[in-house]
Amino acid sequence: MPHALATPDSYLTDFRTFETSLPDEGPDWIREVRQQALARFRELGFPTARRGNEKWKYTNVRPIADATFSYPFDAGAEVNLADIRSVAPWDDGWATVVFVNGRYSPALSTVVALDGVRVTNLEEAVRADGDVIERHLARHATFEDDGFTALNTAFLRDGAFVHVSEGESLQSPLHLIFVTAEGAEPGVSYPRTLIVAGARSELTVIESYVSLSSSRYLTDAVTEIVIGDGAQVDHYKLLLESEGAFHVATSRVYQSEDSVFTSTSYARGAAIARNDIRVLLDAPGSSCTLNGLYLTSGSQHIDNYINIEHAKPHGTSRLFYKGILDGESKAVFGGTVLVQPGADKTDAYQEDKNLLLSEKAEVASKPSLEIYADDVKCGHGATAGTIAEDAIFYMRSRGLDVETATAFLIEGFASGILDKVRVQPLRAFLEKLTAKALRGSRFGQAS
Amino acid sequence: MSARAGNHKGPLLEVRDLHAGVGEVEILKGLNLTVNLGEVHAVMGPNGSGKSTLANVLAGKPEYKVTAGEVIYEGSNLLKLTPDKRALNGIFLAFQYPVELPGVREREFMKTALDAIREHRGLEKLSVREFNKLFQEKIAQMEMSPDLVKRSVNEGFSGGEKKRNEILQMVVLEPKLALLDETDSGLDIDALKVVANGVNKFRGPSRAIVIVTHYQRILDYITPDFVHVLIDGRIVRSGGHELALELEAKGYEWIKEAIESGEQVSV
Ligand SMILES: Nc1ncnc2c1ncn2[C@@H]1O[C@H](COP(=O)(O)OP(=O)(O)OP(=O)(O)O)[C@@H](O)[C@H]1O
Ligand SMILES: [Mg+2]
Repeated sequence: MPHALATPDSYLTDFRTFETSLPDEGPDWIREVRQQALARFRELGFPTARRGNEKWKYTNVRPIADATFSYPFDAGAEVNLADIRSVAPWDDGWATVVFVNGRYSPALSTVVALDGVRVTNLEEAVRADGDVIERHLARHATFEDDGFTALNTAFLRDGAFVHVSEGESLQSPLHLIFVTAEGAEPGVSYPRTLIVAGARSELTVIESYVSLSSSRYLTDAVTEIVIGDGAQVDHYKLLLESEGAFHVATSRVYQSEDSVFTSTSYARGAAIARNDIRVLLDAPGSSCTLNGLYLTSGSQHIDNYINIEHAKPHGTSRLFYKGILDGESKAVFGGTVLVQPGADKTDAYQEDKNLLLSEKAEVASKPSLEIYADDVKCGHGATAGTIAEDAIFYMRSRGLDVETATAFLIEGFASGILDKVRVQPLRAFLEKLTAKALRGSRFGQAS
Repeated sequence: MSARAGNHKGPLLEVRDLHAGVGEVEILKGLNLTVNLGEVHAVMGPNGSGKSTLANVLAGKPEYKVTAGEVIYEGSNLLKLTPDKRALNGIFLAFQYPVELPGVREREFMKTALDAIREHRGLEKLSVREFNKLFQEKIAQMEMSPDLVKRSVNEGFSGGEKKRNEILQMVVLEPKLALLDETDSGLDIDALKVVANGVNKFRGPSRAIVIVTHYQRILDYITPDFVHVLIDGRIVRSGGHELALELEAKGYEWIKEAIESGEQVSV
């Protein structure tokens, strides 16, 4: 394999243990999918940042490949709601589904009993919701060309399954919380989410990855979102892993006619974080908006790899990402807007703006366009700048000290994304978190 | 400088033989200016003569370096204070080119500034309610749209809106020494009246104003006590309001010629 690092044997041992731990019932196809995925992972291994591998050009996952993570990943102590509420956004009006170290926790989860809405653990859904599951699970997030997705799929068991029937809507947000608790040894979890929004349905989902651990662990997550004709999905992803953690996530979104997908990604934490998002606008008139804010410090590394594929005419896509980088951290923004032949009248724009708070912070931002259709409107841009000295002086001339002025400017930069968060308690949580994160960073360099 | 420096007798501001510039370039070349409380001074002069440099040096803009001379404000050395300390002590600069602050809301910005200034003056912070009431009144006084101040500070404002916003900030923060750098440029006739009214209402025995302008027109609304002509980094002539009228009629050439022919012009 040209782009592979050797796969540690531990994953094969883990898989055997995992397979024997599975209950006997359940359909055969899922067993086959797991085995195929494992076989594929053994072929693919972990990707390398070697030249020619555009997908992983700027992110070196050797620290992940070289480490050993125990599986199953047992939480050392019992996790309770108070622990979770100390690290995750919370609203009593939200239905909440909790996974601890990758395993579904019925005790911490709300039972959602609404007409036309099904929210359950994937393991249960694979048994009970056969048809929908078989049609979608592992169909959008294919593991053929991606080692991390293959590995997640090999260990597919627990996860969130959300299905909203045609014409139904979920009034308040659904919160999926994947919490990592301190285990005896560094472990790995394989969170999995499948969201199916029926035609003309509406829902808001928050996917939070939070940590009660301070040590090194790996989260290898995969999310599939299938949006029916005229349906609207408002999706939030919070990456709030511990500073030493590795987080590699793959999200695949499939959009039908006139569907609307809005995504907001908030990332803070993890030593190495990767968000690989692909949105396929596979029917006319569909639109998506992807907003993102990432804050990095220390020696953190974040890689947003986002592909939007316009396959049919009259699609609209917007991408607005912003990064605030401190310390020696590094951000990578890659990805493409791909306009397929026949996807005429596509209207696409993507933009990645970065604010560098330190001279040692680095950004590699490469948005690109690939257009094979006619009569399209496409644009993109990327910027990296420092705090504007003129603005600092202007604010100081009104009596604000350097620290306060700098904080105003950085939070102002972040507000361009946070203002778009439509769930008010979530926005308040993120604003507070952002302010706290920035207060911890090394201000005062501007003077 | 103490918070009670207001007790000090003598001029509010004394600029003595000030030399300042950027990098190797000297822009102010021995400038003298004395401003007392209660006075309004107008500074006029050709493009590039150093008017904004003077205002920026007084406000403490870091890139301008003072190489000689001194600036005494309320009896103490102003030049050793940081820009924010100067603001806390009552200096305010209305910028010739106000800066846009993306994502920063005017209300929060002004509340934070006023809190800091009041704290420095030994006054209680205003409650949010009290501040909002005050802010509302000042917005109405400046005949500004309340929607404007809900936006990011100056972002996407028209030239005139930015200038009006500078004066709004001035009347909210109530400085002792207001430096207005071409606040009248780019204002339509109605806006000019609103701004002039704002300044006139602000004018008083416990304040002083320095207006940098190219046009005598604003001085019809805000009658200055003194008019100074700044050429090539020096104040070369000072007089009353009539000097502005003379400049309007004759331009600057006659003064330049007078200087070149060796006429004694220092004040
Ligand atoms: N930051 C700077 N860097 C380099 N040169 C500067 C800087 N600031 C001012 N100058 C130069 O100093 C001179 C005086 O500039 P200043 O802005 O003070 O003029 P001014 O009198 O305000 O002019 P105007 O009427 O056009 O506003 C100009 O030649 C200008 O180019
Ligand atoms: Mg000027």
